[in-house]
Amino acid sequence: MEYTNRMLLKGNEAVVYGALLAGCECFFGYPITPASEIAHTAARCFPKLGRTFLQAECEIAAINMVMGAAANGRRAMTASSGLGISLKQEGISYLSGSELPALVVDITRGGPGLGNIAPEQSDYFQVVKGGGHGSYKCIVLAPASAQEMCDLAFTAFDLAEKYRIVVYMMTDGVIGQTMETVTLPEPLPGRREIPEWALDVTRPRTNMISSIYLETDDLEALNIRLQEKYRRIEQNEQRSELYQAGDAEILLVGYGISGRLARTAVAELRKQGVKAGLLRPVTLFPFPADELRRLPAKQLIAVEMSNGQMIDDVKLAINCDRPVHLINRMGGNIPGVDEIVARTLKLTGMEVK
Amino acid sequence: MADKILYGRSAGFFPTFERRPGPIKTNMHYCPGCGHGILHKLIAEAIQDFGIKDKTIIIAPVGCAVFSYYYFDCFGISVPHGRAPAVGTGLARANQENIVISYQGDGDLASIGFNQIIQAANRGENLAVFFVNNAIYGMTGGQMAPTTLPGQKTQTTPQGRSVSTEGYPLKVSETVAALDAPVYVERVALSTVQNIRKARLAIRKALTNSIERKGFSLVECLSGCPVNLKMHAKEMNEFLDNQMSRYFPLGVYKDIADSRDPLQRAEGIYDPRQVKELLYPVKVADGVSESFRNPSRIFEAERRIKLAGSGGQGVLSLGYMLATMGKLRNFNVSWLPSYGPEMRGGTANCSVVLSRHPIGSPLVERDCNLLIALNQSSLDKYLPELKRNGILLYDESNVRQPENTGEQILYTLPASDLATQLGDLKYANSVLLGAVAVMMCDLFLDDDDKADFDRVFEEAIMDCFREKETVVQANIRAFYIGKENARRISR
Repeated sequence: MEYTNRMLLKGNEAVVYGALLAGCECFFGYPITPASEIAHTAARCFPKLGRTFLQAECEIAAINMVMGAAANGRRAMTASSGLGISLKQEGISYLSGSELPALVVDITRGGPGLGNIAPEQSDYFQVVKGGGHGSYKCIVLAPASAQEMCDLAFTAFDLAEKYRIVVYMMTDGVIGQTMETVTLPEPLPGRREIPEWALDVTRPRTNMISSIYLETDDLEALNIRLQEKYRRIEQNEQRSELYQAGDAEILLVGYGISGRLARTAVAELRKQGVKAGLLRPVTLFPFPADELRRLPAKQLIAVEMSNGQMIDDVKLAINCDRPVHLINRMGGNIPGVDEIVARTLKLTGMEVK
Repeated sequence: MADKILYGRSAGFFPTFERRPGPIKTNMHYCPGCGHGILHKLIAEAIQDFGIKDKTIIIAPVGCAVFSYYYFDCFGISVPHGRAPAVGTGLARANQENIVISYQGDGDLASIGFNQIIQAANRGENLAVFFVNNAIYGMTGGQMAPTTLPGQKTQTTPQGRSVSTEGYPLKVSETVAALDAPVYVERVALSTVQNIRKARLAIRKALTNSIERKGFSLVECLSGCPVNLKMHAKEMNEFLDNQMSRYFPLGVYKDIADSRDPLQRAEGIYDPRQVKELLYPVKVADGVSESFRNPSRIFEAERRIKLAGSGGQGVLSLGYMLATMGKLRNFNVSWLPSYGPEMRGGTANCSVVLSRHPIGSPLVERDCNLLIALNQSSLDKYLPELKRNGILLYDESNVRQPENTGEQILYTLPASDLATQLGDLKYANSVLLGAVAVMMCDLFLDDDDKADFDRVFEEAIMDCFREKETVVQANIRAFYIGKENARRISR
């Protein structure tokens, strides 16, 4: 039989294919809209490859099951959305304190509270700034297409293991639900090595995983080491995609679906003779601050489906040395391209009077 | 002269406790008279005697035993409060070679983590759970536990536990034993020598079950906490053997391990050739080469399509068909459905975008090139979003011809009626695609692409309904009936 590597996949499906091709061994999850297709696809595909899929009894159990598999040295993942991620925060803090690698996929929806299932981006602070207790951070990847959700699964596990850190893949309900053509990457050449530190029969039994340090000096030392790790990540792992940004006077910044909308808006603005460009962060932590600083834009605009959360990182990146505006919608509303175009012209004073 | 040791520390423990901070490296941190020391010793002896130190992982709970990894010469992990059974599930599922011990206190297991223990038990996870029930919170300083006895005074029940306020002590062994999956449940007491000997056997039985992959075992150990219960050793044993045992009777609650087959989990497949065979889709049609591009000019620009109707009309699958056709001809495509409760009844709509370039917004809004409307409300709602020179295709079985559409081009056919005549409303999709073919051929397609449209439709049908030959043939018939019946509305 002949196989093809081109498929039509929802973002939510593509991330599972990517994870499996990247050697993910275990999936533990709990159903939640708009992330449920991830569990559906995992339930179909993980057992097909003899790997572990288990529907956990709750979000809390799911992240702790991930912790168990990760401690065993396996590539493990879970997926949820906003409120489910809130429940997972304790576990993510433990994973971070224990320096265990894991992939957490977050398909964001509207909040606060039960909110709705429409695509908000209001969990930026929760995911990018820590979320749980303690001075920890996670690497946050922000795919904006099904292809990227597939490809970034490789990046996610590689980074998670390189830095022994939790990696989020955070995107919104639109990207999760949109089906697109995906070219499947080649699978890993074979089963990967179990890491040296793992609680695995092939490793020394002196291996131990813990995040408790009774002595204050010991806990401070851990925290200093963690902060140094985060600095290293900031130096080495910033990723972004540029579109018409090199000579742009007005730079739109947006991730996930906002980045896609902003891209179309930039094309429209260029048609109207406005020198607009786009920086789409692919990593949110580390925020692509170096690239942002380098670009010559005179004014910046954060395009966000929240009250304006990423905008803080835009301002920090450039030390507030240029105006930074906000174009946003909330409640799960998606700004139209023409709305972004019109508000850009107005905010930057280029509106035709 | 060297001392002769008759009965020393088990080799299941480290020789000295170097992980313990501070100067004391030979003693445990537990208070005098505490049951943890006894239970630790019984476990350490068992993992030493069974020769399983290299594959045993002891999960340390939150509670006094949080530091158990100071002592045991095997793998250790400390986990969130109450979540040991979930972490244990992860460990046990990740590698069935692992011997996983979940060591939990009464607050951890029976209060904050009760859902985790019940669910892990109910799944029959291959875990040995050692549950220390001392009727009180130890680590946090003597608060009420779910197993605190009626009338028992604690920091948070200063007048004594009132069953009308705090409820009754939770009977964990009885509850777990009532489930179908667990293979072994016993309650023991870490009190007299006789009881400790029974506990020793129970622990070995639970670990044997784990080694033999029989599934879930739980040993509940009634245990002393002299400091928080404010008792001396003699009172403590009296409390365990008379007061606690009366409420929590000792004994075997379930033992069906002999009747169970060992759990057998699948082995993961990682060989890249096999992975591809299992995961990559089968190619159903010869199709075109990767470099093929339909030459007609229409495809140079991004094409944005909105499809809308009522739930059950097959709007989403019609959009999926169009997206599949695009995929088969090397377009970048996106297909975005309305999702969530909206899908279950009421209206359904989806956006399809085809492009030779990366697609910006997958949402088709006011820049729609083609609107396919299957019911009146969808037409009314989305017609204003159709471009000035856009194309409307509607199902005249359900939709009235709109007025004042200006430069917009209108195509129609009685898709639902034709589909019903064909035997099933679900053929309306393919009938409508026949109409799309007519419209495309009339207005946009070069001669080569005209024939290719029919080909790619047939390939897409095969792609969507692979191996269902009758469905494929019925849809192809519907497509050509659509082609025969579609007409442009002339003005």
